[in-house]
Amino acid sequence: MDILETLKTLIADSGFAGFFVEEGYKNLIMILISFLLLYLGIVKKFEPLLLVGIAFGCLLVNVSNFFSGGVSSPDALYHPELWDAFLDHNSEFYHSYGNIMANGGLLDILYIGVKSGLYPSLIFLGVGAMTDFGPLLSNPKSLLLGAAAQMGVFLAFFGAVCLGFTGREAASIGIIGGADGPTAIFLTTRLAPHLLGPIAIAAYSYMALIPMIQPPLMKLLTTEKERQVVMEQNRTVSKTEKIIFPILVAVFVILLLPSTAPLVGCLMLGNLWKECGVTERLSDTVQNALMNIVTVFLGISVGATTVASRFLSLETLKIVCLGLIAFCFSTVGGLLVGKLMYKLSGGKINPLIGSAGVSAVPMAARVSQIEGQKANPKNFLLMHAMGPNVAGVIGSAIAAGFLLAVFK
Amino acid sequence: MNIADAGITAIFGYVVVFSGLLILMIVISSMGGYFKSKEKAVTETVEPVQKKTSPNKIPKLKKVNKPVARGSAGHVKLYDVPDKEAAMIMAIVADTMQKPINELHFISIREVK
Repeated sequence: MDILETLKTLIADSGFAGFFVEEGYKNLIMILISFLLLYLGIVKKFEPLLLVGIAFGCLLVNVSNFFSGGVSSPDALYHPELWDAFLDHNSEFYHSYGNIMANGGLLDILYIGVKSGLYPSLIFLGVGAMTDFGPLLSNPKSLLLGAAAQMGVFLAFFGAVCLGFTGREAASIGIIGGADGPTAIFLTTRLAPHLLGPIAIAAYSYMALIPMIQPPLMKLLTTEKERQVVMEQNRTVSKTEKIIFPILVAVFVILLLPSTAPLVGCLMLGNLWKECGVTERLSDTVQNALMNIVTVFLGISVGATTVASRFLSLETLKIVCLGLIAFCFSTVGGLLVGKLMYKLSGGKINPLIGSAGVSAVPMAARVSQIEGQKANPKNFLLMHAMGPNVAGVIGSAIAAGFLLAVFK
Repeated sequence: MNIADAGITAIFGYVVVFSGLLILMIVISSMGGYFKSKEKAVTETVEPVQKKTSPNKIPKLKKVNKPVARGSAGHVKLYDVPDKEAAMIMAIVADTMQKPINELHFISIREVK
């Protein structure tokens, strides 16, 4: 055995040598970005359940994969070129999961769940089982606030087209404004899978930043008097109503936009399990065990898509900016309709609940509560804001369904 | 996709989302209205009975001259409860307390609505 030769081969094959090959320095930048994301998730607690997984996926893929001549390293955990072949109509491996299973790394195999839309739908199952639609049922007008807060989705879509993105890419970027991670992932994997990394990271980062993004806009668009409004207590919703609601929404929304079936169907099934009272075991499983398992797979496999050579581009910067615009305008849309409701109700509705129409549950509702209490310490807006908040989940699913129907 | 098409798609999409949720709001409001009216009807029927049988205002039991069964601890007043159900409830209570039923004195049994 030639020790020197073996040593040379080991060094040449190592990731350290990879930093000096072609665009290897980009991997180093991505590794630093993953450290930043880990810091934000662990220390700043920005959506830690997903962000820590995404950041570690980003780290794993960039320490294991150094492109050489457009081909991944032999030991890479994630191979973008396999997924390119999967999506290429002219390739012999078009839509071949077998090729992925045979030649892919660990993260390629986990990514199948993202690509097939399985993880986002299962997350929605858990979200449904954790959501109480009671505040929405007691005040159905909340649905209008949930609809208004989708304004950012369509404005960002328009802005993305103006910046040169294709319709499918623009739709995936716009949905960041829905403030709903699983919906953004679901739509992007179908319309623009190559943009999944930046879109998922932008969506989850902005969702975590809601307490910083929304309050200035809330103060800008509402007067002190409006923020002080104390709302009347909502009526108590009967159990029967809560059981009928998920069935009704599933039938109505899926008939309206069949492309929403995986998301809305799972959301409402989870909620039915929670409310019907005879499936407590299932409700408990999807809320806890299943939700946690899927979160593990989803986070790490989304992080895997942040391959340096593709992530570090001008497009990513544009997506990050458009995502912020989408979030801001969604908040503005909700607040404006909230103000309209304040006027029409003769000052009985606090417009601050409008900003909760973005579907980041329950973060956006908490922000409404905090801002309401700052204006009037006797103000308890949380339950009133939960109505628009859960309406936003349905609204963003409908917006995604519409975009999917147009660009499929 | 050109900018004009994108503008039209954006406006149309927003209208679709708004209309969808507006129709859903109408459906849910109708459902809520139906349940509210049902609840109101039930409350109106229950209230007079509750006034009569409120735990704070249990009518004083008149002394009944009926003979008490041998071994029994006394009479029980039933409000809207059939005899068979009352017997079952007393049996369950006795079983739960591990006491012979004839040592227990039930004053009244009332259906809680």
